Amino acid sequence: MTAANYDTARGLALLTMMERIRAFEEQAELAATRDQLVLGAIHLSIGQEAIPAGIMPHLKKTDLILSTHRGHGHTLAKGADPTAMMEELLGRDGGCCGGKGGSMHIADFGVGMLGANGVVGANIHIGAGAAHGAKMLGDGRIVVDFFGDGAINRGPFLEGLNWAGVFDLPILFVCEDNQYSASTKTSDMMSGEGAAARARSIGIKTHEIDGNDVEAVYDLAAEITARIRETGKPEFLHAKTYRLHGHTYFDPAAYRPEGEAAERWANDDPIQRQRDALANAGVGDAQIKEAKQAADAEMIAALAAATAAPWPADNTVYDDVQDIGSPVQEAF
Amino acid sequence: MKMTYADAAKLALAECMRADPTVWAVGEDLGRGGVFQQYKGLCEEFGPDRISDAPISEAAIMGAAFGAAMVGTRPVVEMRFADFALCATDELVNQIAKARFMFGGQSRAPMVIRKPMGMWRSSAAQHSQSLESWYVHIPGLVVCCPATPQDNYSMLKAAIECDDPVVYLEHKDIWALEGEVDTSQSYEFGKAVTRQKGDALTLVSWSHTCNIALDAVQDTDIEVIDLRSLWPWDKETVINSVQRTSRLLIAHESVQVGGFGAEVAATVAEKVACKVKRLGAPRSLIAYAPNLENQLRITGDMIADAAKEMML
Repeated sequence: MTAANYDTARGLALLTMMERIRAFEEQAELAATRDQLVLGAIHLSIGQEAIPAGIMPHLKKTDLILSTHRGHGHTLAKGADPTAMMEELLGRDGGCCGGKGGSMHIADFGVGMLGANGVVGANIHIGAGAAHGAKMLGDGRIVVDFFGDGAINRGPFLEGLNWAGVFDLPILFVCEDNQYSASTKTSDMMSGEGAAARARSIGIKTHEIDGNDVEAVYDLAAEITARIRETGKPEFLHAKTYRLHGHTYFDPAAYRPEGEAAERWANDDPIQRQRDALANAGVGDAQIKEAKQAADAEMIAALAAATAAPWPADNTVYDDVQDIGSPVQEAF
Repeated sequence: MKMTYADAAKLALAECMRADPTVWAVGEDLGRGGVFQQYKGLCEEFGPDRISDAPISEAAIMGAAFGAAMVGTRPVVEMRFADFALCATDELVNQIAKARFMFGGQSRAPMVIRKPMGMWRSSAAQHSQSLESWYVHIPGLVVCCPATPQDNYSMLKAAIECDDPVVYLEHKDIWALEGEVDTSQSYEFGKAVTRQKGDALTLVSWSHTCNIALDAVQDTDIEVIDLRSLWPWDKETVINSVQRTSRLLIAHESVQVGGFGAEVAATVAEKVACKVKRLGAPRSLIAYAPNLENQLRITGDMIADAAKEMML
């Protein structure tokens, strides 16, 4: 028997999305380490799945998101096809960016995912601009802009938040605070009280949340996104989480205090927390396990398909540079 | 009709804004006409949402305009001085120029980035630079340097209508320059204009230096070519001319070392046997005192003397 007031379908849906993100990341890591098929850097979001899983159900397909170098989870949760994503990580034809971007520039404009960004913080004022454009066109789209705690020390944090405040733009800024700026503890490189205090000082309505509690993220995001649609004004969410893996897949993260990651794995893995919450609500073990099994099967198949996909044609390196004065026209 | 270089650009922008409601301009002080009054009166016609003031945040102006371009508007970005645009280099070079390519053709950045460039008077090292060659080096960008009111009208219109990001470098010493503007003339990127015909020497220039060059060699047998756009640039017109004259002189206000003149010289020399000379600024910094500032100017006398020497 499940608890009377618990929404089992919603709880399982949130678990399912988190399991899909984790399974994607695990297959991506295997593609890099076991298969040696991912040649560039990939930044895994293992441990941070609850934030995209909790926020994205409140967005329409036409709403827009922008992401960071750690962007697989956001992209998948916004509705991108995992096979096309995996093909992009492997640099294959059929990848969402035709193999030109790879992990750090993963994007699927068809589902409103306007791109991951290889430059920390760069997407903050670009996101504000996307909201500016949407407001100008009056089409009702809202924007969710994801960035990490490292980004709050860059200029675009101030400039982008100020811009959104000055022009009253329909955007939710989400600082996914995993506590590390690459291999440096963010708190060691940060003056003052951090993300939320800085956002408040700019006059943006600000919220703080345990970003590893997917149900809480879901509930708060429901309230925030509804208000942004109504008021058209920006808000800020400081979601505290933890990066269970290193900065990149090949970073062993030996700079972390001994036992820190193990303690987090044991007590604060957002997926295990949700599995426990479902079990406590009376959801059967088989249903809970089914979410992971289905996700694993889906992502194993995505990696297999990507592995079998061809390379992009050599001459596509000259496509989509520019119309006027394109490299093809200029070949002498 | 006769109008100034500034008014020609204003007319082009106004016509584009009337024709397309997604065109808008954003930059510091635009509501009051812009620092050089090149937007004067536009806010009254189009309102503050489309002639938008901005905080002094060049990176945000560039980045936000890019975001707005990606979702379906066509922003005209005003950087106030080309020098200040360097605050927004990541946004222009790492984001705008690359978005279409690195996202596999999913994105476009149809925007114009206006950067008033060049020496004016006693504006010193951070308000006087000519950095056009930097942007030519970046795949993804179109780069142009109008020198006349006619070109500032037709080229700005073409830039706004173009789906690529266009770095649009107006010279701030010629805002008041008057000339005839024929609004029926359109501009095609990559087409130079031969401003004087001749057979003795090919003089290639752009931006205000081309006006100075034209004055300096008027009524001689020297062919004066204004490149107008530097990427793409009109190799065909220049090479055809040099095939006839066998002499190529390139004059530009920017620093000669690594300047775009080097690209023109090398490209032509690879194709045509000819005498080549470049005339660009010494690799020093632009000073405040007028006599020091003048040390770095490429003058009409210098251009005429260099041409004469080549024709000996």
